[in-house]
Parts: sequence; C-alpha cells; structure tokens
Amino acid sequence: MAAVEKIFNDTITDRETQDKTLKWVGTRAPRPDGVDKVTGRAKFGADTYLPNMLYGKVLRSPHAHARIRSIDMSRALALPGVKAGVTRDDFPDYPAGAVQPAGEMVINYRDMTRNIMAREKALYEGHAVAAVAAVNERVARQALSLIEVDYEVLPHVIDVEEAMKPGAPLVREDLITEGVEPAPEEPSNIAKRVEFGHGDLDLGFSKADVIIERSFKTQPVHQGYIEPHACLASFSEDGQAELWCSTQGHYVARGHCAKLLQMDVSKLRVTCSEIGGGFGGKTVVYLEPLALALSRKACQPVKMVMTRDEVFRASGPTSGASMDVRIGATKDGRITAGEAVLKFQAGAFGGSPVPAAAQCAFAPYDLDNVKTIGFDVLCNRPKVAAYRAPGAPLGEYAVESVVDELAKTLEIDPLEFRLKNAAKEGSDSSYGPKFGPIGCVETLETAQNHDHYLSTLKPGQGRGVASGYWFNIGGQTSATLNLCEDGSVALVVGTPDIGGSRASLTMMAAESLGVELDKVRPLIGDTSALGYNMLTGGSRVTFAGGIAVHGAAEDMIKQLRERAAATWDVPIDDVEWHGGQAVAVNGYKDQEDPMGLLDIAKDMAKSGGPIVGRCSTNAQGAGPSFGCHIVDVDVDKETGKVSVARYTVIQDAGKAVHPSYVEGQYQGGAVQGIGWALNEEYIYDENGKVENAGFLDYRVPVCSDVPMIDTVIVEVPNPTHPYGVRGVGETPLVPPLAAISNAVENALDIRFTELPMSPPRVLAAIESVG
Amino acid sequence: MRYEVPETKGEAVSLLAMAEGGGRVLAGGTDLLVQLRSGMVKPDVVVDIKKIVETREITAENGGFRVGAAVTGAELDEHKALKKLWPGVVEAVELIGSTQIQGRASMGGNLCNASPAADTVPALIAAGAQCHIAGPDGERTLPVEEFCTGPGVTNLQTGEFLVSFTLPSRPPHSGDAYLRFIPRTEMDIAVVGVGVSLSLDSNGICVAARVGLGAVAATALLVAEAADALIGTSVDEGAIENMISAIRSACRPIDDKRGTIVYRTQVSGVLAGRACRIALQRAEQS
Repeated sequence: MAAVEKIFNDTITDRETQDKTLKWVGTRAPRPDGVDKVTGRAKFGADTYLPNMLYGKVLRSPHAHARIRSIDMSRALALPGVKAGVTRDDFPDYPAGAVQPAGEMVINYRDMTRNIMAREKALYEGHAVAAVAAVNERVARQALSLIEVDYEVLPHVIDVEEAMKPGAPLVREDLITEGVEPAPEEPSNIAKRVEFGHGDLDLGFSKADVIIERSFKTQPVHQGYIEPHACLASFSEDGQAELWCSTQGHYVARGHCAKLLQMDVSKLRVTCSEIGGGFGGKTVVYLEPLALALSRKACQPVKMVMTRDEVFRASGPTSGASMDVRIGATKDGRITAGEAVLKFQAGAFGGSPVPAAAQCAFAPYDLDNVKTIGFDVLCNRPKVAAYRAPGAPLGEYAVESVVDELAKTLEIDPLEFRLKNAAKEGSDSSYGPKFGPIGCVETLETAQNHDHYLSTLKPGQGRGVASGYWFNIGGQTSATLNLCEDGSVALVVGTPDIGGSRASLTMMAAESLGVELDKVRPLIGDTSALGYNMLTGGSRVTFAGGIAVHGAAEDMIKQLRERAAATWDVPIDDVEWHGGQAVAVNGYKDQEDPMGLLDIAKDMAKSGGPIVGRCSTNAQGAGPSFGCHIVDVDVDKETGKVSVARYTVIQDAGKAVHPSYVEGQYQGGAVQGIGWALNEEYIYDENGKVENAGFLDYRVPVCSDVPMIDTVIVEVPNPTHPYGVRGVGETPLVPPLAAISNAVENALDIRFTELPMSPPRVLAAIESVG
Repeated sequence: MRYEVPETKGEAVSLLAMAEGGGRVLAGGTDLLVQLRSGMVKPDVVVDIKKIVETREITAENGGFRVGAAVTGAELDEHKALKKLWPGVVEAVELIGSTQIQGRASMGGNLCNASPAADTVPALIAAGAQCHIAGPDGERTLPVEEFCTGPGVTNLQTGEFLVSFTLPSRPPHSGDAYLRFIPRTEMDIAVVGVGVSLSLDSNGICVAARVGLGAVAATALLVAEAADALIGTSVDEGAIENMISAIRSACRPIDDKRGTIVYRTQVSGVLAGRACRIALQRAEQS
C-alpha cells in the first residue's frame, strides 16, 4: 500500500498546467481504476458469477443468406442438463418505423429484434438462429449440435456496388429507398439516400483551374476490441431481472432489453462491468436479450460469453465503402467546389454511418460550393455498429486523398493548401450549421511548425498529412455527489468508463468543490442509482459528464453554504465557498472560522440531514474537434510492405483535463487507423463466409508494428463547458487513412485508391508501373 | 479423453500404439491445445512426452547437437553454442508466436504439426537436420524434408513419435539464415519462408549449400536447383539471381487469405536472395 501511496504523491506533483487557477484539471493524476487493473482485481464482462448459474450458447447460421423454414429444438431440449432454449418465437416482432435515436446511431426495433435472433431469414453468416442454456458449456455446445434448422439457401451479396445493382439478391424483399422523391416503385438494397451541402457545384467547378476526380474503395473492418461480448442475466419468478454486462451504456442496454423482453424498464437493473474496449461496438445488444430470455425460461441465472470467432462473424463491424470524390481549385490554391458520392455497406439492416461520413467529409474546409450524397446499402454482413467517429474516417480518406493530389498538382505545400481553405469560426460547415470557435487552423499551424514536419525524410521514405473532423455530442447525463460523514465525497456517475472518465470526472468534481482529489471516490452506478444516462459514445462523457459533475458540485456547494449560514446564523448571501471551505463574507468577514467539508459533514444530522449534490441535464454545445496527422512511411519495394516510421497526432482538445488520457486517445486512434490503412479487412469466400474470423488473419497492428506515436494537444476552449472541454476520443481515427495513403504516394509516386494497402496490393501496384 | 505422462520412450510408444491412431502427442501444446479447444481433434489419449528425458535435452554430439523434440524455443535461444553453430535455425524457432508461446513451443511440435508454413522447417531442411523417431519396431532416422507428406500429414506411423533432431557439425566458413515474410512484424504465420545454409572454401567459393522453402507448396521443400546455383560460385549477385530463379520455379503455392500465387512466388525469390546474403556474411565471418 505504501508503494501505491508513493506513486499517488509523486504523480500529483507532476503539474503540467500553467493555469494557476486550476489545481486538478490539467494534471496527470493517478487513475482511480489503475490498481485494480494492474492487479487483476478489475471485473470485466465475463467475471461475474452467481450460484446455480447456467451457460448459454448461440447456434449461428452457417449461410450468408437463407430462408429459415423451420427450427426443431426438441432433441436439444431433451438432452440432460439443458434447461432452456429460445428461438425467434420467443421475441416480439415490431413494425417498421419503431425507431429510437441512441448515441450516434438510430435504433430500429423491427431490425433489432431480427438482428439478435433471425426471424424469416438468416441474413449473414453468424446470424443467431437459436440459443440454449445448460448446466455447463460442454452440454450447451452439445445441445447446439442437436438443433435442427431447415434452411433454404439463397443467393447472397457482400460488395456495396454489387448490392446496388438491379437484380442483386434482395436482403429485404420489401425495402423501398428512403430519401428519394418520388419514392421508387421497386424494392432494392438501398435503404436510404442522404444529401448535404450548399452553393452551386456547376458554378464552383466552372471557376476551377484544376479538377481532380477519383474513385475509392475500402474493405469492411471490425473495431477489434480485445474483450469479447459477455453478460450474466438473472430473471426471478416475479418478473424482475438483473443484468451484468460489458457495455458502453447500461441505461441504453436496459431500454433495448426491456423492449425486446416486453417488460417495464424499471424492473430491469443493469450493472456495467469494466470494459475491455468498445470503440462504438458495445453500444448495441447481442447476447443480453438472449441471456435474459433464457434466464426467464430457466428461472436460473444464465451467463453468455462470445468467442473471438463469434465477435468477428456476428458483432458490430463497420462498413466497407465505394466513394467518388471530385474537387476543383484555382491556381492559387482556393477550392471552388467539392462533391462526394459515398456508398456504404450497412450490413443486414439499414443504418450505416454514411450520413455522418457525408457530413464530415468536407468539414475541415470553408467552401462556397459543396455537395455530398450518401447511400446506405444492405448486404449479407452483420449489421454495422458505431466505430469511433462512425463513417468519418472513410469520407475523409477519400476527400483528403484528393486534396493531397490537388496540392501536389498545384505545387502548393499540403498544409499551406489546407490552411488556404480551412474552416474557422463563422464558416458555414459543409453540412449546415455555422461553426463556433474551432481549432482547425490552429492544428494545421501547429503541424507546420512541428519538428516532425520540418525534419528531412530518409531516402525512400514518404510523408503524408491529413486533417480530420468529428462533431462530438452531449446528451442526457446524471451525476450525484454524496457527502460522507467524514467529509469525503462519493461521486456516482452513470456512464461506463472507457477512456478515463472516472479520472477526468473526479478531477473536475474535486476542482469544482475545491477539495483534495483523493477525497473524492468515483463509482459507476447501476441503472437504479441515478436518473437516465446516455451511453459512453460520441466522445461525450468528459464533456457532458463534466457539465453534470460541475452542476452536482454547484448543487452541493449551495447546500454547504446553507448549512454554514444556518450554523453561523448569518444570511446565505454572506457565505461564500472558497478553496473547499465555507467562508463568512461581507459584514461577517473574519467573524467566523471557515467550515470545511469535514466540519459541515460531522454535524449534517443537526443541520438538516444528508447532503447530496445532484445534476441531471441534457448537455448541449459539444465542441467539435479537429485534428491533423503527420506520418512518415518506409516502403519495401520488393515485398510491398509499408512500415510506419514516424507518426504525430495534433488535435484540439478544448481543454485536456487529464493530458495522459488525451494523449492515449490520440495514440489509440492513430494505431487503429494504421491497421485500417495497411492490413485490416474482412475476407469472404465465394459463399459469403468470413475466412479470417480471428486475430491471426484479421491483422490489427501489434505493438512492434507501430512507432511511439507523438502527440500535441492544442487547446482552443469550448465556451459551453465549464473547463473548456471538447470530446477527443473519435477524431484521432479520422485522419490516419488518408495521411498514410498520402505518405505512401509520396514515397512511391503511386496514388492508392483502395484500402487496405496490404503488401500484395502495394507490390502489384509497384510492378504495374514498372 | 485420457492424459498420460510416460517417462520412457517405450511407454510412450505403447500408449500411442494401443490408441490405434486415436492418440496425440503433447509437447508444448501450442498447436494441440488450440486444436482441442476448437474441436478440430478429439483424441482418446493425449501423451505428454516432456517427462521423457531425451525429448528435453540439448547435447553436443559429433561436433553438432542432438536437440530433444520438446525443447522449447526459449531454451534454444539461451543455448549459446547451438545458436553460434546454427543461428538460422534458432532465429526460425524464435519467430514462432510470442514471448509467452516461446516458453512452451518446441521445434518438434512445429515439425509434427506439419503446417506447410511452419517457420522452423525450411531452416531445419537447409541445415540438413535429421529426425530421430521411436516406434513399435524400434528407432529410425529420417531427413527433415521427408518428414511431412502433406498439410497436417507426416510420415509417422501408428505408435511412432519424434524424439529428437540431429543438427550436424559444420566446416569453417559456414553460415545459415532464415527469413519469412509476414504482413506484421510478429505474431503471424509465414506467407513465404526461406532457409539458406552454405559453406565456403578458403578462397570464398561455395562448396556446399542447401535451401529450404516454406509456405509455397503442400510441404516445405528442399530446393536442390537453388543450392546448385550457388555451389561452385563465389555467391556473387549473378549466382544469387540464378538461385532466386530456381526458387521461383520451385514454388507451387495456392491463393488463400494469406497471399496470392503471384505474390508468394515473387516474394519467395526476394527473401531467398536476402537470406542468402545473410548466410554468406555469416559464413565469411565464421
């Protein structure tokens, strides 16, 4: 314990902030979850156990597309040790249009009920068809082999362009494209068309001296979180239930499960575990409703844990895309018009992130004439889930590749070219709203002056840059501060901690209260502990949670002042809160000894009872975050292997509450981008089955694949947040695809328009140009 | 499923013979446990050979080494004399898996798993290593290049198991090297692997060479034509180019998720050239 305390004290003195008015915000304080994680004490999704617990397993479709004629569970249910089984018959159907916004995606219950358990058809390889609960995993697996499913195998389609063609196999036979006037008469796989922009494209292109038009294609990728989906459900005979799961939002999971189980939301209590990565992929439910339904039937707790294979075949990937981009510019480097058509794989149900991609694609630029069109296209893959700035990396990849080519054609430095066209406060964004204070120019200028950009490349290396943008969101958030009788404070929040929110929220609570950081202990409450909390996503938690925590602190301070005023028998207006103490002011100045938290806490009972600071809010005004990445690559021209030699992330954080965590977000996004750009892709066989459902052949980078990622935190404060915070978690994944592609172009003088730039593709391109 | 831990070769042979093909040998288990877990294999008996002393020893023998089939990668890496004599073989072993895997995985298991992409096999073929096999009819010896007969299939008969390898002695001015291509830097399976071993005379003329090629055919290959391109030359760039051509001609790869025919054929030549240059440098320095 002494060693831990020493670490705590050493780190506390590591003050980075130059802002003398802040004591905690801006420091690299120790993380509240750190000791539990390094000692193995932390409980992840699969780490909760109950007496009499059963093990649930899912039977998954071996076909990419098949009508389910019948499911016979009788032999499986007759196997000794099997306690329950569920199929499509155990879940309600919902009509089309039963939609609800959730985080950065829209939830459609018609689709969700079909995604968690196939109904009319199995729509992708790995689609859940039935589930069983048994006394152990071995029996459960054996039971799966006894389930008889009669499939009528149908033609399938994976590729987005193929899926859009007339005559393509229809994933949903009655799907009429939304967003097209007049509505098409024939069904197709195109779920939706969206369009954003302003100005006059023809006029814009007529003013251009150079117009570059390119088509891009990317393969679908998975978020690659290390922890597989896992949960434990316990339904009691009176219809009340408990659920423990690894999720990005236990309130959101509660709502989905209650809807799918047709129960009151209040009767389901959900507790989130520590989470081994989510990146958007744990904003939806897969196993949870199945475990609950099995537990309800068996009247015993049911635990379910996905294998890695199941994670790849059945859980939230993101889209592969085909994209066409056209941009025109004048000789002096002013962009006159930009147009993009983006076609995204949605998977088996509509809801790809193509709208966000279309909105973000040109966001770093102040343009008079811009238009982006997006198509959301069904195919026989798992339904996509959010993935870190959903869609934005793809749209930005295409646009930032063409921007790079324009700069090269015009012989203008790529950062200079971006600065000539950069969005700034007051610019009309490419998708509608006018920008408030933003840090786009600041990140570009920081990049221009960074040692990395000024350094000389080694022979054979290439350098690329790219900008990136993400909106960030706020949303419904609740927080409570409970004053303990010894003057310490328990902070309860309702957002799972994925990227360090316990640390940042505690720091803001201590800052706002004016108390020592180690007097505030954070806990993530279950769904019965607080009012509603939207999920951890959209880079919202440090922003929206910060507002809630600050609000709760202000609520508590008001009560503390009231107690002090009552104790001193002075008017409330003559008591102020300074440095963690109630101080008498005005006519009572120096007449009373200041009262700290302990002084007030020990007499709480006498002065009016427990003191609880609360805030529930729907936080608005999340400041968007811009980033600029610089990357150097080496290319082995004989094998086509691209290695990242140096990488720098520059991004606006508004205010970095905990700089180490912010840097970690920057680095993590860059690493995921390196994987996406160079090696990650789903590989399908001719039957639409995934050939690489594991980390051996689905190649996320390993540590030795990446250099130490350098970071620069730019701080252009967000005026709507008490400490100036902007979300930082997602923007880091937006620029890497283009930055790396631009670097490869710089090294080889070959423009790649397809991802991943895997060694066989790169070598083939090198050999094709001789 | 039974788990048996015999302490002699004879007991192990009896257990495997009695299982009549339903037995699996366990050394490090880094392949077998994965196969058991995924349901790929369902043996009646698992025979752990690690308590049989000969499978766990490295002993000097006739200027070379006898290496037990269950000696781990980490142990090979720490054996300075072996590493000095056959650096290419040891660097091939070290490429298997991660640091944690290295504490369990063995050269014997890597060979017996009979993957065409096994890293140690081309290096062992280049080294001229021999396999010592125990069985119901006594012991026999087989060159490594004859051990695997197809993907996942070996020359071992019912009741037989691999006990140890012999890595031969070598004349002065000899060197070996192994290179593989993977899209990552580690934790991956070879798209192509090439082992080269060569010996020079005092004038720098190549007097002996062996080249092993992995992941481009159903089994790892000994490519005699590639070696012939080097023998009698000073291993100049012209000779290396001829060796590369011979390597590419020997490739019989498949298109799969890890690489295309064209890519594997092209890169096998590139790696053969690079491995040859490293082996040459080592030979010149030894």
